[in-house]
Amino acid sequence: MLRYVGQRLLQGAFVLWAAYTVSFFILYLLPGDAVSIMASGDEQNAVDPALVAKLRSEYGLDRPLYEQYFIALGRALQLDFGISIKNGVAATRSVAEVLPETIKLAAAGFALAVLLGSALATAATFSRNPWVRQALGSLPPLGIAVPTFWIGLLLLQLFSFRLRLFPAIGNDGAASIVLPALTLAIPTAAVIAQLLSRSLRQTLGEPYIEQVRAKGASEALINFGHALRNAAIPTLTMLGILVGNLLAGAVVSETVFSRAGIGRLTVTAVNSRDIPVVQTLVVLAAVIFVVTSLVVDLIYPLVDPRINIGKTAKA
Amino acid sequence: MSQQLLRETDPDLLAAEYPGPAASSEEFPAAPENPRWSGAAGHILRLLQQTARQSLRQPGLFLAVLVLGTTLLWAAVPAAFTSWPPDTGIPADRLLPPSATHWFGTDSLGRDLFSRVVHGSATSLAATAVAVAVGLVAGSALGLLAGFVRGWVDDAIMRLMDVLLAIPSLLLSLALITVLGFGTVNIAIAVGVASVANFARIMRSESLRVGTAVYVEAARSAGVRWHTILLRHVLPNAAGPVLALSALEFGAAVLSISSLSFLGFGAPPPASEWGSLVAGGRDYLVAAWWLVTLPGAVIAAVVLSANRISHAFQTRTSR
Repeated sequence: MLRYVGQRLLQGAFVLWAAYTVSFFILYLLPGDAVSIMASGDEQNAVDPALVAKLRSEYGLDRPLYEQYFIALGRALQLDFGISIKNGVAATRSVAEVLPETIKLAAAGFALAVLLGSALATAATFSRNPWVRQALGSLPPLGIAVPTFWIGLLLLQLFSFRLRLFPAIGNDGAASIVLPALTLAIPTAAVIAQLLSRSLRQTLGEPYIEQVRAKGASEALINFGHALRNAAIPTLTMLGILVGNLLAGAVVSETVFSRAGIGRLTVTAVNSRDIPVVQTLVVLAAVIFVVTSLVVDLIYPLVDPRINIGKTAKA
Repeated sequence: MSQQLLRETDPDLLAAEYPGPAASSEEFPAAPENPRWSGAAGHILRLLQQTARQSLRQPGLFLAVLVLGTTLLWAAVPAAFTSWPPDTGIPADRLLPPSATHWFGTDSLGRDLFSRVVHGSATSLAATAVAVAVGLVAGSALGLLAGFVRGWVDDAIMRLMDVLLAIPSLLLSLALITVLGFGTVNIAIAVGVASVANFARIMRSESLRVGTAVYVEAARSAGVRWHTILLRHVLPNAAGPVLALSALEFGAAVLSISSLSFLGFGAPPPASEWGSLVAGGRDYLVAAWWLVTLPGAVIAAVVLSANRISHAFQTRTSR
């Protein structure tokens, strides 16, 4: 067990190192001259030579390539990703400042997505009425195809401006989180519903379900006690990617609802070509992916006792 | 010859009558037309044909083909669908709701919204095509290389792809836009690069699958060179799943590109892209519901159609 966790941590560390390296190459080496991009800001002309020189020595971009990379990597290990171009504070600090807001939003969105998604999947699979089944079954493909920003704007239009139920913008109070979280939840819920109902249908065809039924279990016990638990596993596998997508969804959702958070920060950082902040955000996304994957692997055995993680480590 | 090629590209038929087609076509590389490409192209054409025929029996699929076909026509000949100019408005007609004269209503400058959507489809669809092409070409090349060469090359490429998959694609695109700069072409490239990993994965698994097939072994032992095997056997057989993924990625690219242009990284204001049209309606949510609702509905319909067609490809090829 411990050995397995150690192994996975090593793998995770590798992914993080690789994500850092890839982002370093994209952001600092690809453009040829990262400094003049940063110095130019939004308008791509006026470059202040003094600023360029200062930034260049600050980032050590006058040194050879490999040296630059190892110096940057060494700093990154101490959680130093450079100074934000926009406001002069450490990039990690400007991310950490708004991170709690996005965590709140993502947690609310995720809870809603799991609730909506599994409710939709179970209703679509277990309903006896074929019309209901058909209607509910057509919702997930729709939810996946609809642009997130459009959902957000439609919710805003209906619930904030027409019905005046929720505030349109801002971070104040519990009411302000409802619509952004719902916006975030709908595409994720659609993916969960699609994965879950597919594996539910498969699970209900398994012999052991017949066995339980033959023993006289009620349909409710079969569906919720036996089928759902087993069917949850393929969905669980996708959790790492789904949580990552929540982060991407936050970019859109926070922009639509003018909420502070790392999504909004991403947009402003890209707009002002604030490379240190962008890199911090990319590495943060990789951290989230690695942590979620690890957590998912550790909760597999709780859902399905047949999965022995000591063994799967080799497979 | 064409009959033989057709058979060669069909794994089911091949399994039935190995090793006939694969070996004999090597012996007689009679080729007035270039047989390498007609192999893959023929397979894709056949798939499209089958899907078109299938769509006549399935109303959902038929609708999807119809929607995509219509938007493609919008992009090709916008003037045939609307007589209103996209960029010049009539100030007196500002913010009119949808009607028989203005199907999608008008915007704050009195411009016909339907005309702007129709004329904008060329930009949006071209950007989507560029994105899919970048992902398809780069991803397939990497996947083919990994699956065919194997060993450390495979390990190195696929670990890199895993890392790309660990970063949400929208964030990866945004990082690329930071260095590439704004504009429709840059958005398209950024979205394409973010989808490389998906194409690489499927191409690798396909080339692993085909690479171990008996007819490839036969071709190899007959002394056929590796690049001929790649082009003649591996590529045509991988075409189906890759085509299904392309349709899926087409839908995903429409979503990503419209999101990025909604966020303001696309073409500057006078141009009309689907995403920026929705963004332009943001300020008139109360006064003019149609400005956001209708262009967004067009995007959703296109993505839904692409996903439906991809599904049809998948069920075709997985049988």
